[in-house]
Amino acid sequence: MDASANPSAVCEAARITKRYGETVALDGAHITITPGETHALVGRNGAGKSTLVSILTGLQEPDEGEVRFAGRPAPRSSERDAWRERVACVYQKSTIIPELTVAENLYLNRHDHNGLGLVSWKSMWRKAADLLEAWSVDVDVRRSAGELGVEQRQFVEIARALSFGARFIILDEPTAQLDGAAISRLFDRMRAMREQGVTFLFISHHLQEIYEICDTVTVFRDARHILTAPVGELPQGDLVAAMTGEAAGLRDRQARSPVPAEAPVILDARGLTDGEVYVGVDLRVQAGEIVGLAGLGGSGKTELAETIAGLRAPGEGTVEVAGRRPRAGSVPDSLAAGVGLVPRDRHHQGLIPLMSIADNTTMTVPERLGTAGLVSGRRRDGLAREMITNLAIKTPGPELPVNGLSGGNQQKVVMARALASDPRLLVLITPTAGVDVRSKEFLLAKVEEIAGKGTGVVIASDELDDLRLCDRVLVMFHGRVTTELAAGWHDHDMVAAMEGVDLDA
Amino acid sequence: MPETTAAPAETGRPAPKGPGRRTPAGLRLARLRDLALVPAIIAIAIVGQIVHPIFLRADNLINILQTMSEISLLVLAQALVLIVGKMDLSLESTFGLAPGVAAWLTVAVGTGSGLGLLSGFWAIPITLAVGVLIGVVNALFIVRFGLNGFIVTLGMLIVLRGLLTGISGGQTFFNLPESMIYLGSAMWFGVPASIWICLLLFAAGVLVMGFTGFGRSLYAIGGNVDAAKAAGIRTDRVLWITLITASVLAAVGGLLLTGRLASVAASQGDGAIFTVFAAAVIGGVSLNGGKGTVFGAFTGILLLYMIQNVLTLAGVPAQWIEALNGAIILTALALSRLTGGKTQE
Repeated sequence: MDASANPSAVCEAARITKRYGETVALDGAHITITPGETHALVGRNGAGKSTLVSILTGLQEPDEGEVRFAGRPAPRSSERDAWRERVACVYQKSTIIPELTVAENLYLNRHDHNGLGLVSWKSMWRKAADLLEAWSVDVDVRRSAGELGVEQRQFVEIARALSFGARFIILDEPTAQLDGAAISRLFDRMRAMREQGVTFLFISHHLQEIYEICDTVTVFRDARHILTAPVGELPQGDLVAAMTGEAAGLRDRQARSPVPAEAPVILDARGLTDGEVYVGVDLRVQAGEIVGLAGLGGSGKTELAETIAGLRAPGEGTVEVAGRRPRAGSVPDSLAAGVGLVPRDRHHQGLIPLMSIADNTTMTVPERLGTAGLVSGRRRDGLAREMITNLAIKTPGPELPVNGLSGGNQQKVVMARALASDPRLLVLITPTAGVDVRSKEFLLAKVEEIAGKGTGVVIASDELDDLRLCDRVLVMFHGRVTTELAAGWHDHDMVAAMEGVDLDA
Repeated sequence: MPETTAAPAETGRPAPKGPGRRTPAGLRLARLRDLALVPAIIAIAIVGQIVHPIFLRADNLINILQTMSEISLLVLAQALVLIVGKMDLSLESTFGLAPGVAAWLTVAVGTGSGLGLLSGFWAIPITLAVGVLIGVVNALFIVRFGLNGFIVTLGMLIVLRGLLTGISGGQTFFNLPESMIYLGSAMWFGVPASIWICLLLFAAGVLVMGFTGFGRSLYAIGGNVDAAKAAGIRTDRVLWITLITASVLAAVGGLLLTGRLASVAASQGDGAIFTVFAAAVIGGVSLNGGKGTVFGAFTGILLLYMIQNVLTLAGVPAQWIEALNGAIILTALALSRLTGGKTQE
C-alpha cells in the first residue's frame, strides 16, 4: 500500500492525524522504530505523546494515517490478542489488580487448569516464577500485588507484557514516580532486555534520562513531528530548542519594579522536608514579591506549595506566615494566618461544580456572610458581585452554578475564592492550566496587581508563561531546589533546569 | 515473529528456586485472613458452653445450622455480588417473593389468596424462574443501562416486597404443595436437608471462586474493572451471570425457609439484608469489591448466629434480642476492622 513502508521497522506510524472535536491532537505525525533500539519520545504537555501511545497500542484508531508492525498493517482494534502480541504499554496508571497475587495478575484470564478443569495454582505459580526468573525480576509471585512498590509493579507489568509475546514495549513516563536508585535499576533492566531483543519506546520528561538510556529521539511539538535523530548527534541545547520551539512568550512584560529590601517577610519556610518528595527547602517571600516554584511532575513543587498553604503537613521544617506559625497541615489555621490558595486542579480541589458562583467564591469567608453562623443570601451575593466585577467573570449573575462557566471563568472563580479572604500570602498551583489565552493574561495580570498591593505570592507551575512574571524562580528537580533564576531568564535555561540538564556540560 | 512463549528463547537455566518461590508469605497471609474469625467462633463456643451446657450438644448445633441455613444462602449470594464490585439489596425481597409467587400459583383457591392455576409439581421450577427473572431485571438496569447497583436494588427491594404483599393480600400462604415443603423439612442422614444444601452450595462457592477462571474473573472485575477488561475478561457477561446466580440463590434460600415453616408470610425475608451485609463484611468481604472469600462469608454468618443462640440460651428476653443483635453486629464490625487493620472496608 505504502511504498515508503519499512519492513525492517518494529513499528511504523505514518501520516497520523487524530482530532477530538475542535482539538487536533496529532497532525500528520509519524514515527518509525527499528528493532533493538530504545527510542525516546519527548515533547511538552499537549504535544500529542499520549495520543500517539493510545494509537500505537490500538486503544484508539487514528482519523487518518496507518500503523504497521514489522511491515504488516496493524490488526483491527477489536483484536486485542493480536495487538498484545505486537506491542505492550506500561502506563503510569497501574493495570495491576491489587487484591490478587502477582502470579494471578500475570496469568489473569489465562489460568492453567488441572485434569478436573479447575485452576491449577501450583502450575501457575511455577510458570509465573519462571517468567519472572527469566527476566530476572526478583518478586515473590505469591504476594498480593497491592504490596508491591511502584518499581516492582512496573517490572511485573513489563514481564506480563513480554509473556504475551510482544517484544516491543512502550514505557509511559516510567521514571516519574521512582527515586534515583530505582531509576538506575530500571535502566539496567532495560539494557539487559535490549540484549535479549526487546525494543523500547521510552517516554520521559527528563532529558538526562534520554541521554543515558536511549539510542534515538523523536520530538513532538504542538501535535506535529519535529525531528528524529540519533541521541548522540543531538546536543542537549538543540533538543530543548526543538521541544520549546521558537514560540515567544505570551507578551513582552515590563520589568517589574524591584521589591524594596526592607519589605516585611510574609513567608518564612525553613528546612521543609517530606521524605523524598521535597528535601530541605528554605523559602522566604517578602511582601509584594512573586516567587516561582518551577519543576516537572514529580519534582515536588506541587507538594511543597500545598505544604505552604496548609494542605499537607511536612515531615520536618516550619512554615511561618506573617509572623504566625499555623498548625502544620491545617487549612483553617493557614487561612486565619492569611494564606489564600489556588489549588492544583480546579475540578478536584477548587470548585464544587453544582453550587453557585456566589457559594463557591465565598466558601472561605463564612464569617463575613452573616452572624451566628447564618448565611445572609443578600450579603453573600453582594460579596460575590464585587468579586465578579473585580475578576471580570463572564456570567449573568452570582447564582449561576459554576459548571456552567468556561474553563477560564471557572479558574477566575477559584482565584476569587482565594482572594476573598484578602490574603497576605497567595499560593497558586498551576493557576492557568486548561485556561484560554485571554483569561490566562488576565489572571496573571491580576496576580501582579495583587502583589503590587503588598501580598506575597508563590506560583508553583511548569508553564513558562506563569513563571515569567516572577521576581525569581526556584527550580526543583527530584525534590530539591537545584537552581534559582532571577527574572529575565531565557526559556532554554528554564526548561533545561526543569529537565535537570546542564546546557554548558 | 511474535511467538507466544512465556519466556525468552534461552530458558535453559537451572530450575528456578530463588525469588519466585522463596516464601509463600502472601498465601499464608491470605489463608490467615480467611481463618480470622475461627478464634472468635471458638471463643463464642466456649462462652456458650459456660452459659448453658446444652450449647455444644449436637441437637443445639444442628439447630443453629438449620436456622442460619436459609439466610446463609443470601450471604453467599451477597458475597459473590460484593466481590464482583456490586451490591444487591433486593435479595431479601427475592427471598420472600420467589416462593410467594410459587405458592400463589399453586395453592388451591379458597385457602388464602391462592389461585390454584398450576399443579404442585411446578412450585420449585416457578420459584427458580422468579429468581432468574429478578436477576435479569437487576442486571438489565445495572449492567445494560449502567445504573448504580445500590439504588437499583433498593428500588427492586421495595417493588418486590410490594408485589409479595399484593399477591398475598398481606396474608400468609398455607396449604402449600408437598414439593415446596420437602427441601426445608426433610432429613438426610439424620441431618436436615437444608443444612446439606447450604453446605453443598457453600462448598461449590469455595470451589468456583477459588479454582475456576470464572470465579477469579469476579475478583479481577471487583478489583480493577479496566485491568480485567484489558486481560480479555468479558466483564459484562460475568456481571450478568453473577447477579442472576445471586437472585437464584436467594430464591433457593426462600424455598428452604418456606419448607421449614410450611408457609410463606408476606413479610418473609423482611429486614434480613442488614444481617446479610454484616455477615459478609465481618467475614472479610469488602464493600469496595475484589476482596473476600466465600469461606470467610460463611464464618461471618456462623458467628452471628452462634452469638444469637448464646443470647437466647442465656435467657435474654425476646424483646431485647433485636437491639442486642444490632449492637453485636456493630461491635463485630468494629472488632473485625481493628483486627483486620486497614484491609477491611
